[in-house]
Amino acid sequence: MSGGERAEFKNPVVSWIDERLPVFSLMQKEYGTFPTPKNFNYFWNFGAIATVMLVLMIVTGIVLAMHYTPHADHAFGSVERIMRDVNWGWLLRYLHMNGAAFFFIAVYIHIFRGMYYGSYKKPRELLWIFGVLIFVLMMAAAFMGYVLPWSQMGGWAATVITSLFSAIPFIGEDLLHFLWGGFSVDNPTLNRFFSLHYLLPFVICAVVFLHVWALHVTGSNNPVGVEPKGKQDTLPFHPYYTAKDTFGLAVFLLFFAAVSFYTPNIFAHPAHFVEFNPMVTPPHIVPEWYFLPFYAILKAVTFDIGIPFTDVVFVSAKLGGVIAMFGAVFLLFFLPWLDNHPVKSARYRPLYKKALLLLVVAVLALGWAGAQLPEGLPVLVGQIGTAYYFAFFLIILPWLSKNEKALALPKSISAAVLEENKSKAQTTTGTAT
Amino acid sequence: MSTQNIDHNDDGETRRDFLYLTAGAFGAVGLTSFAWPFLDSMNPAADTLAMSTIEVDISPIQEGQSITVVWQGKPVFIRHRTAAEIEQARSTDLKDLRDKQVDSDRVQNEKWLVMVGICTHLGCVPLGQKITQPKGDFGGWFCPCHGSHYDTSGRIRKGPAPKNLTVPNYKFMNDTRLLIG
Ligand code: HEM
Ligand code: FES
Repeated sequence: MSGGERAEFKNPVVSWIDERLPVFSLMQKEYGTFPTPKNFNYFWNFGAIATVMLVLMIVTGIVLAMHYTPHADHAFGSVERIMRDVNWGWLLRYLHMNGAAFFFIAVYIHIFRGMYYGSYKKPRELLWIFGVLIFVLMMAAAFMGYVLPWSQMGGWAATVITSLFSAIPFIGEDLLHFLWGGFSVDNPTLNRFFSLHYLLPFVICAVVFLHVWALHVTGSNNPVGVEPKGKQDTLPFHPYYTAKDTFGLAVFLLFFAAVSFYTPNIFAHPAHFVEFNPMVTPPHIVPEWYFLPFYAILKAVTFDIGIPFTDVVFVSAKLGGVIAMFGAVFLLFFLPWLDNHPVKSARYRPLYKKALLLLVVAVLALGWAGAQLPEGLPVLVGQIGTAYYFAFFLIILPWLSKNEKALALPKSISAAVLEENKSKAQTTTGTAT
Repeated sequence: MSTQNIDHNDDGETRRDFLYLTAGAFGAVGLTSFAWPFLDSMNPAADTLAMSTIEVDISPIQEGQSITVVWQGKPVFIRHRTAAEIEQARSTDLKDLRDKQVDSDRVQNEKWLVMVGICTHLGCVPLGQKITQPKGDFGGWFCPCHGSHYDTSGRIRKGPAPKNLTVPNYKFMNDTRLLIG
């Protein structure tokens, strides 16, 4: 970041600026020649994809805000006006709506990549923590954005989620009135949500900057999880990974465009197109799909925790659900210390690999359970999924860290790549003969 | 002076440390108190607080009927209970209740049940006000959000909600007029 070494530039204007503020040297160093492991697979595209989605959200959001009215009496109408009357308004809103969904898809894959290849381990703990922080801020931003159209689903989502805070003993009720600016979700609530929804994406940008800075200090992890040992293990970022990232981005945007243009409401709920009525709750409220696993964890705690067979309750079902839900996100911050097995990549940790893939299954099952009415089978699935989620982080990971015997690691990235090519060559000659 | 002695003992460090600490403490207190107006501005404003009472004419509500009125932006349920409902509410054993309250503590006139219609779990509006709506396993109200069942006194009987439906402050101004708030 500091002055440091400067690159040579032929263009005199560029050179003039660079002598005074070395931004071009910086870009050259961090995105031009930056040494990057040569064995990335397509999982490594999703950081760049998420960044592009963030920019897209900000651009579409700022223009939407020019047509949107943050008032309880006008918000719903102004969004309908955006859809019907504002030039290209439908496009802006559909890109923003589905952009949020695809942003989460990219980030969930990005997080999975980090877990599968052990990217959170030393020396990248802080990098991981910034990542989890971005995830938390994104959830807050998306939640408040969903309230802005002042729909039945958005308004009731706001009611249910803010009411979580009423579970806090003693101060819960006052805190709730403070959050609402009144005695229910009403105009003051909408106003502050708009203010914060505008602010948070820029806070996210700042944390993304720190995240990338930390990345450029430690360098990237890679699919074998063995750090580069020298020049033979890396490639310059440009043109190799600028090209690979652009290709991956194009494929991702193809899916995004297909959804935004051909089935733009696939992620939306019918009650999101009805104006908010604080007197009537829709028969079945569900959050946006990207919150469903956490919502299922909230609903999984259906019992008070206290001394059995007495009326003594330490943690009510309500408070228990809230603690479990926030705890499930909070645990991610501690992942680098819950799993301190020396081997990074799941390729060389067969047991960890199984446990992690089972976690993916559990999270998907939780997502299904979160969308169902809280009766019968979904409650059971939610409880089993929740139990596995917490067991994975608090029991399985610490146990595996001590006891799992890893497979032999390749000597270096180059050795791993050569090995892979050799076995590929063998199979092809094998089929030829 | 005594401070001079200390100054000599510690090469003047003590006096400086003291000044750093006091300046720091004053700065911290000052900044925190400056934050208060910003935070408190988010609390309910004067006009929001001013909408605090309403008057309701209850004469048109027949036995077995309920109405919902808006008070402070929240639904308030007013139910004209039937004899059977009153009997059911009064005969319930306290030990079957999560939030123990006898029916007589929840009503001023046993015919009229007045409550804030907001589920004490996470704030949805329970169903049961209309004849066509489900009333749950205990004949009162049912919250569809996460499945809380309330009885004919509005007490929580089953599901995740921790508390009975709240009874607001209200008084009968005469036989047909109710003042809420
Ligand atoms: C982290 C980036 C962002 C995320 C995840 C996000 C998410 C969302 C979501 C989920 C909605 C609801 C869409 C709907 O159902 O109609 C929304 C609405 C909205 N957002 Fe954002 N947003 C982001 C950035 C921004 C920015 C930077 C602005 C700039 C002011 C903005 C302005 C708006 C406006 C005006 C609406 C209401 C109009 C509408 O519903 O389409 N957003 N946002
Ligand atoms: S809000 Fe009523 S059961 Fe959750």
